[in-house]
Amino acid sequence: MNIHEYQAKELLRRYGVAVLDGHVAWTPEEAAKAAESLPGPVYVVKSQIHAGGRGAGHFAEDPTGKGGVRVVKSIADAKAAAEAMLGKTLVTKQTGEAGKLVSRVYVEDGCDIKRELYLGLLVDRDTSRVTIMASTEGGMEIEEVAEHHPEKILKVAVDPASGISGFHSRKLAFGLGLTGKQVASFTKFVTALYGAFLELDCMIVEINPLVVTGAGDIVALDAKVSFDDSALYRHKDLEALRDDSEMDPKELDAVKNDLNYVALDGEIGCMVNGAGLAMATMDIIKLYGSSPANFLDVGGTANAARVTEAFRIITSDANVKAILVNIFGGIAKCDMIAEGIVVASKSLSLKVPLVVRLEGTNVELGKKILAESGLAIIPADNLADAAQKVVAAVKGA
Amino acid sequence: MAVLIDKNTRVMTQGFTGAQGTFHASQGIAYGSTYVGGTTPGKGGTMHPELNLPVFDTVAECVAKTQANASVIYVPAPFAADAILEAIDAELPLIICITEGIPVLDMVRVKRALSGSKSILVGPNCPGVITPDACKIGIMPGHIHKRGSVGVVSRSGTLTYEAVAQTTAAGLGQSTCVGIGGDPVKGMDFIDVLELFLKDDETKSIVMIGEIGGQSEINAAEYLRRENFAPGKPNKPVVGFIAGATAPPGRRMGHAGAVISGGKDTAAAKMEAMAAAGIHVADSPAALGSTMVRALKG
Repeated sequence: MNIHEYQAKELLRRYGVAVLDGHVAWTPEEAAKAAESLPGPVYVVKSQIHAGGRGAGHFAEDPTGKGGVRVVKSIADAKAAAEAMLGKTLVTKQTGEAGKLVSRVYVEDGCDIKRELYLGLLVDRDTSRVTIMASTEGGMEIEEVAEHHPEKILKVAVDPASGISGFHSRKLAFGLGLTGKQVASFTKFVTALYGAFLELDCMIVEINPLVVTGAGDIVALDAKVSFDDSALYRHKDLEALRDDSEMDPKELDAVKNDLNYVALDGEIGCMVNGAGLAMATMDIIKLYGSSPANFLDVGGTANAARVTEAFRIITSDANVKAILVNIFGGIAKCDMIAEGIVVASKSLSLKVPLVVRLEGTNVELGKKILAESGLAIIPADNLADAAQKVVAAVKGA
Repeated sequence: MAVLIDKNTRVMTQGFTGAQGTFHASQGIAYGSTYVGGTTPGKGGTMHPELNLPVFDTVAECVAKTQANASVIYVPAPFAADAILEAIDAELPLIICITEGIPVLDMVRVKRALSGSKSILVGPNCPGVITPDACKIGIMPGHIHKRGSVGVVSRSGTLTYEAVAQTTAAGLGQSTCVGIGGDPVKGMDFIDVLELFLKDDETKSIVMIGEIGGQSEINAAEYLRRENFAPGKPNKPVVGFIAGATAPPGRRMGHAGAVISGGKDTAAAKMEAMAAAGIHVADSPAALGSTMVRALKG
């Protein structure tokens, strides 16, 4: 789960991470009020969307105008900047052409920036530890730095048994060229951030840029926090930070029904058990000359209700011209899936061609249920056969 | 010989009296494996009502009384890391965790506890391990397997079944199938399993199935180039497949492991590294068996 910058900063502040003062605003009036309560004389008004590249982006309504992050020097200008952002669609490198609607802005205190650095924490699968990454290339996309200048990324992995120690931060601080008071300030920052990472069950925390101020303080200028969905059960309070408007409506629907669904832009709807097989099913559709409309892992406990929800979500996509069901039953039982398909097809009065490939646990029973249902289901014997048949159904339609 | 498990494996189940533990233990027993008991804290001293096997409160007690040498875990995700740690503490040589959705930071602690321990972990979020006609531990459908010569290692559960069905249909059968699971922090990785397959006489060829995300397939390809496809090395034919060629970058496909985040963790980059190492890369998930038949003909 991702959250907005202002939410991330509020959370991190509680763990002793240095952030600037600021307030969220939903209207230009609130933005003016927010600016009034800050020391000034410089303020930064920042569009709040779940995507990076805001400063360099543009608004769809004003393609040649300024970006989604603006530095202003008066309360009146803060209000005007908020007015120019709220209710508008911000297009950045990460949002795609469609952009994202800005419904709130963050008004933050200005800051005397001396240097911009990068700091990121993540669970690193190569070391199976939390790795802290730092770079002198603040403000840049770290993936690009990693590709072109891997030597500019410093890394330390923290042993979970002994936890974070002073040397981790010092190693990074000296590598970044920090001196004097900056080193102590950086160590305090990293230690607090690591504490927040563990406490909040984060997957990724990125501070980009991390700023060294003229006074030698280390402050987060931006903050991106992503939580481990599997651990949200122990952080009920974080659920309140979820912003449904940031999600594709079909994907939101799927989350609420506990289905793993990712919307894609093809024409064949897929319902598969298992993430790997679901991806492989998308791949083979492409190989046979069509394209998948979605990724959907129906999981091991599929029953009639889940299959119906899955079909409803798949067919709510107007681009779907045919559906491919690919089940290799292990935990999932083919007869349960077959019953689900029959119920779902009837209750949704399915109009697009449906190709079903069943294999594994209780497969004969499942095939019998489909054959006796009287529905116009196209049965398939194996994965290649299924892909061929569903692509043919689309091309014929 | 097969790897990890065989006729002599004595299996215990953690989360024994739950629905999953009960169902899959009964399936394992029906397959002919030796299941000896299990744990459900608070129900120690009773007999499993359906399986007529002893239930214990702790893993240590279960091991002492039943001489279990492998444990399979069906404990719900919030308690699964604790269950693995208990099995490590009891010095079980093999721990197989089926549970899906364990918080990744829990697994970071578990991984640390494994180092220097006497245990090997398979999983979590995996289908388990099977040596056909000898021992089945996990959730895979037993009937699709056939004792034979192909070692199967895979990050994906249902794609493992696909590899099994296709190698069975090709008449080759499997020595052992190991589902290593799709989580970013896990027990055995490709290289650990490949090392066992290269040493195993019964394993004449290998199918490895990976996914987008991470570097482990690329590391495994490099390992095989060095330890398998070199003069004087076993030179066992290897067929590979990577799922997710059509997955968009930055989107998590189902489980936490499957996401393209950098530049080198795409399906294309992995398939290229595998082919360069000498692995026969199947272009379609439906061509795992036929690619293996071709690879064996040389």
